[in-house]
Amino acid sequence: MFRWERSIPLRGSAAALCNNLSVLQLPARNLTHFGVVHGPSAQLLSTAPEGVPLAQRQLHAKEGAGVSPPLITQVHWCVLPFRVLLVLTSHRGIQMYESDGSTMVYWHALDSGDATPVQAVFARGIAASGHFICVGTWSGRVLVFDIPAKGPNIVLSEELAGHQTPITDIATEPAQGQDCVADMVTADDSGLLCVWRSGPEFTLLTRIPGFGVPCPSVQLWQGICAAGYGNGQVHLYEATTGNLHVQINAHARAISALDLAPEAAPSLGHLGWLLSAAEDTFVHIWKLSRSPESSYIEVEHCHGECVSDTQVCGARFCDSSGSSFAVTGYDLAEIRRFSSV
Amino acid sequence: MSVRTLPLLFLNLGGEMLYILDQRLRAQNIPGDKARRVLNDIISTMFNRKFMEELFKPQELYSKKALRTIYERLAHASIMKLNQASMDKLYDLMTMAFKYQVLLCPRPKDVLLVTFNHLDTIKGFIRDSPTILQQVDETFRQLIEIYGGLSAGEFQLIRQTLLIFFQDLHIRMFNNKGEEVKRIEFKHGGNYVRAPKEGSFELYGDRVLKLGTNMYSANRPVETHMSGSSKNVASWAQESIAPNPLAKEELNFLARLMGGMEIKQPSGPEPGFRLNLFTSDEEEEQAALTRPEELSYEVINIQATQDQQRSEELARIMGEFEITEQPSLSTSKGDDLLAMMDEL
Repeated sequence: MFRWERSIPLRGSAAALCNNLSVLQLPARNLTHFGVVHGPSAQLLSTAPEGVPLAQRQLHAKEGAGVSPPLITQVHWCVLPFRVLLVLTSHRGIQMYESDGSTMVYWHALDSGDATPVQAVFARGIAASGHFICVGTWSGRVLVFDIPAKGPNIVLSEELAGHQTPITDIATEPAQGQDCVADMVTADDSGLLCVWRSGPEFTLLTRIPGFGVPCPSVQLWQGICAAGYGNGQVHLYEATTGNLHVQINAHARAISALDLAPEAAPSLGHLGWLLSAAEDTFVHIWKLSRSPESSYIEVEHCHGECVSDTQVCGARFCDSSGSSFAVTGYDLAEIRRFSSV
Repeated sequence: MSVRTLPLLFLNLGGEMLYILDQRLRAQNIPGDKARRVLNDIISTMFNRKFMEELFKPQELYSKKALRTIYERLAHASIMKLNQASMDKLYDLMTMAFKYQVLLCPRPKDVLLVTFNHLDTIKGFIRDSPTILQQVDETFRQLIEIYGGLSAGEFQLIRQTLLIFFQDLHIRMFNNKGEEVKRIEFKHGGNYVRAPKEGSFELYGDRVLKLGTNMYSANRPVETHMSGSSKNVASWAQESIAPNPLAKEELNFLARLMGGMEIKQPSGPEPGFRLNLFTSDEEEEQAALTRPEELSYEVINIQATQDQQRSEELARIMGEFEITEQPSLSTSKGDDLLAMMDEL
């Protein structure tokens, strides 16, 4: 169903983090951008169709007080209504750049004030919601930044309290517009999920408790929240109520990334494809649909790819129709691409 | 990343070092009493109370080169000597073994079981020395106290911190038939084996996990030799050649940590001996020749570890220096610094 295509070489290998691959598609210019964290630096690549590498750039975490070079935790493109920003989170703070990484437009230093000496201080978890960018932190607080249509006048507008342990990932509904539904979910190291409604002020709608394992990766679309856990399971919840619909024993080790292709193989009741990747070297693609009679969510396994001898740390569809996906692995100095046949 | 990683890193690498030294001492037919003395001296230095106190303080990880300096000092804590080539090989073997163990852990918390496996075997090496045994048990209890209650999320962060430390280290090892013995291998599609039950996190117990047990022990002789090409020289060396803006911080770290190391001077007429990590002297000489220039440095004995007051002086004096590049011992700048220390 998918076959391994030409890989894109990286200057530095991927770090053993979760969600360690971000993809930005620019169909108008026939370009795809990839972002991977190496450690103290992040690598941005742009490629033409068929994965032909064109340009690349390295970004570093801004130095601050401390005894060793700060490590980057995540790099992610945020698509807002009028602009695209690249956000980089590290152990010092949050850096925001123009989408090609050429200019830094905003820097927010983390406040480590009430951290005990044994707590690691860092930012992690990045998502765009309308004209806001939300970023998670080590304390569980989620910072909400108000982004103007252009220029560097970015303002921290709110700090959301809901979590007590470090944030792992944040997801938002791809199609904004309905304003009485849940449109953001945040996840943390204890496995707790918080579901929010965005707005000038964000409102906490519901909490979905964890069960003793971290939730490193989360996705949200069409009112469904998909959560990948440290025990290899993927759960699908109804976002507004928190009801568990489906539990998939998807992987033998901790999940490291989830992604969506909402427009894959459209048909009646079809919700698209969900991609799950884990430290067990596997990437699985699941077909999700809603049964018209019962409106229960149904899952079917479409494809499994074994990336041999590789602890997968990032995986993304390269387009919303799911015609190809890309994978990064710990110590692997390339991005592996797979295209449908 | 996690500020609780250093004790686990240090103890597991130390455990691997002892396994390798034990195997080499047997392979080189070093008399039993001398071999036991070497292991006792090293273990006793490793688990020294003051040293452990420094180690367990919450702190970030330092560079591979800084850590190698500590192990070099440890390996020379007794009557045994190692040439640079053998020390390089020892460090490569230690780091690759532990990296492999971290990668293969089924659950992030299993890295604690790996640590306990190492400590269990270390206790076996010194079972006839009650004072050292007590030191090791004390460290064991501290580990249980600090790590026993950490959440899965915290262990995942520790695991990621360890993997970032080991990123890009690839040293393949072969047995004497040229077949690959060590390779990171994961289970392939379709057939899954049920997860084993969780091991014991108590002071004594069945760890279940085999990672961290002695793979060099007598009933499984594994001759390892390094693949000969020069590009397999540890990449930690490459990283250390670039000027390090944090060199001053690293010197402070080393001074603090080594200040806590109490090295017993070999007493009496007992002659020292040299341990060879290779199968013959000629091989060791050959390896020394292919060692890159940048790694060679003169060994200058600084008596910084014996006198508590002097080591504090040393740390204070080093704190007053602005070191803007990796101190290279062949330039006059390095000589001045060391000359001043010699005058203490």
